[in-house]
Amino acid sequence: MFAQKHLLDLESYTAAQILEILDTAESFRRVLDRPIPKVPVLRAKTITNLFFEPSTRTRISFELAEKRLSADVVNFSASGSSVAKGETLRDTAENILAMKVDMIVMRHPDSGAARYLSERVPASVINAGDGMHEHPTQGLLDMMTMRQKLGSLEGKKVTIVGDIAHSRVARSNVWGLNKLGARVTVCGPPPMMPLDIESLGCTVEYDFGRAIEDADAVNVLRIQLERQENQIFPGNREYARAYRLDDRMLARTKPGCIIMHPGPMNRDVEISSAVADGDRQVILEQVTNGVAVRMAVLYLLSGGVRESLGQDL
Amino acid sequence: MERRDHRTLIVTGARLIDPARKLDGTGHLVARDGEIVACDLGDLPADFAPVEGAEQRNGEGLTLVPGFFDLRAHLREPGYEDRETIATGCAAAAAGGYTDTTAMPNTHPCADTPGAIELVLVRSAEAGRCRVHPVAALTAGMKGESMVEYGDLFDAGAVAFSDDVQWVRDSGLMRHAMESIRTLGVPVISHPEDASLSPNGTMHEGTWSTRLGLVGLPSAAEVSAIARDIELARLTGAPLHVPHVSTRDGVELIRGARAQGLAITCETTPHHVFFTDSDCRDYDTSFKVKPPLRSVADQEALVEALADGTIDAIASDHAPHTGTDKERTFAHAPFGVIGLETAFAAAHERLVRRGPLDLPRLVELMSTAPARILGKPGGSLEPGRSADFALIDPEDTWTPHAGGLRSKGRNCPWLGRALTGRVHTTFLAGRVTFDLETATPAGGAV
Repeated sequence: MFAQKHLLDLESYTAAQILEILDTAESFRRVLDRPIPKVPVLRAKTITNLFFEPSTRTRISFELAEKRLSADVVNFSASGSSVAKGETLRDTAENILAMKVDMIVMRHPDSGAARYLSERVPASVINAGDGMHEHPTQGLLDMMTMRQKLGSLEGKKVTIVGDIAHSRVARSNVWGLNKLGARVTVCGPPPMMPLDIESLGCTVEYDFGRAIEDADAVNVLRIQLERQENQIFPGNREYARAYRLDDRMLARTKPGCIIMHPGPMNRDVEISSAVADGDRQVILEQVTNGVAVRMAVLYLLSGGVRESLGQDL
Repeated sequence: MERRDHRTLIVTGARLIDPARKLDGTGHLVARDGEIVACDLGDLPADFAPVEGAEQRNGEGLTLVPGFFDLRAHLREPGYEDRETIATGCAAAAAGGYTDTTAMPNTHPCADTPGAIELVLVRSAEAGRCRVHPVAALTAGMKGESMVEYGDLFDAGAVAFSDDVQWVRDSGLMRHAMESIRTLGVPVISHPEDASLSPNGTMHEGTWSTRLGLVGLPSAAEVSAIARDIELARLTGAPLHVPHVSTRDGVELIRGARAQGLAITCETTPHHVFFTDSDCRDYDTSFKVKPPLRSVADQEALVEALADGTIDAIASDHAPHTGTDKERTFAHAPFGVIGLETAFAAAHERLVRRGPLDLPRLVELMSTAPARILGKPGGSLEPGRSADFALIDPEDTWTPHAGGLRSKGRNCPWLGRALTGRVHTTFLAGRVTFDLETATPAGGAV
């Protein structure tokens, strides 16, 4: 049996557990290529997708994963002001208790929200992104994609570029990649670099060229500077000048370095259209892997055992 | 106004600590009509005539100290009575060994009129368990835009002026407010935080805020505000009190300013010396407080400053919230912890048992020094003073639990933690306001 009940973060997962998810995900990835890409392993399990923050990709990816596993799925989306204040999360938990669902997938704008829920309901909780804290399934699908392209991640160098301070994707990647033995560099302008990020196990490089020159993978994060509540950076133009991954910067990477992006992209802000559509990017493969990795997480957390997966499939 | 006990009360056999007179040793105290008539080391004088009907208390094994004086408590009334009332706050204070406490002005409406000050005085006199000293707002509506009638508020009973956790950003306004208050001889209490450096911040900015993905409150927000306030104190000559200082560099600025002879005092809290930012690791909102719990290095600097005298006082910063308020996510829960009932135990545990302070210094920090800062009587066992004192047992280990609290607040970070040092009996003007023997205890014995 998988020794975790929830997936709240990658910080508390071991390398062995992460690898078990990634290996299981490869099996499910093959299912997705079948004419009938559906397996009955979560039949009669009820999963609720709670999205307290706008999301298209992650929500659809989870929903697809759940349906491919034959689970019963209930969606709940809300991003109104009262919900955003966090006032109803406790009531939400009570409602879920009453409805007796088996698993909850939750995205919430507040860091720690998934953990909050996990302490109040008997169901398994899967964090689909909590504030600036973690987005563990994104970290897992990124690692799955890197493993497919680069083999073992031991000793590989991965550079994450963008607004590290506000990024849950960055945090999950740093924790997960470290556990698998990769060397991680984070890169971005100083206002987007959180204090003492090195303590998570990465190096900080403010110069984009130096940050990517010996990388095996570059993970480009989405930049959102139009909706800054408190301005921390001049704007997209200033960002693109120093941190946009375009052909000129791509030329500084070594051959074989893959380009990743968690989506949705701001074309020509953090990544040029040419690079986004070029032959080094693996962005759409990340999306497909996302479904497989989420199937693996749901399967293992619901009590599934990887060794018996062959028969289940 | 105060209910005095007219009987004669005699306590013997206790260790007596009176920081005001630098007394520490086995001694006696005699009170009559609510006043101390004799208090000194040694046995009762040989010629002491027995008094008929006198209440005799054997203080053996206990320590007799001046009643504690809290420089910073939020009693919430009027306006937020679901969090605390003056009566419940005073009961909590008495259980913590306090005989005096301030009431901070961030009520609804806030205490920016003489009527609001009078309400606090009347309600606390009715409650009778603790003397309450109202702090008035420094600006109208605590908005930092215009001054209030300082003289009227002073006449009504205000002991200091403060906009609570709002730092007056307008330096010109602050300057003239301090100049106006200067002649009244009471301190300006200025919460040091340049909030423009910390919009939406919820915890100390550092390793743990990065790890937890929580917006940080940088030390610089406090340090830069203290720097400005020191300069205004220099410019105006007004006494400045810096509440709940939490940063190493803030302490350093205050140390330097005092060395230059400026009239600056400061306090810190039991929670800032007991916990650090790493205690937020479980997103427990009982640790969400302003100023935030800082780093280990900051905490070490606070402890050192308490020992060397740079920090004058320890204040509870009691800030009750309802369970519903605090049962939100960390980002949206309100700031604040309660502390009146646990202040002595927590401070004793951390600063005396596990720290460099001796008990007389801790008593001074919690009684004599706060009274001195506000220019009030209190913090002394000298004959002629009001018989305000507490019997404490520094060796009694207990564990606070929610059900035993007198405060309405449940946002107490010490719940379930064993603390050594406990208040046994509190006397206000000779009358018992709290007695561990008869009251529902605020915690179980270990």
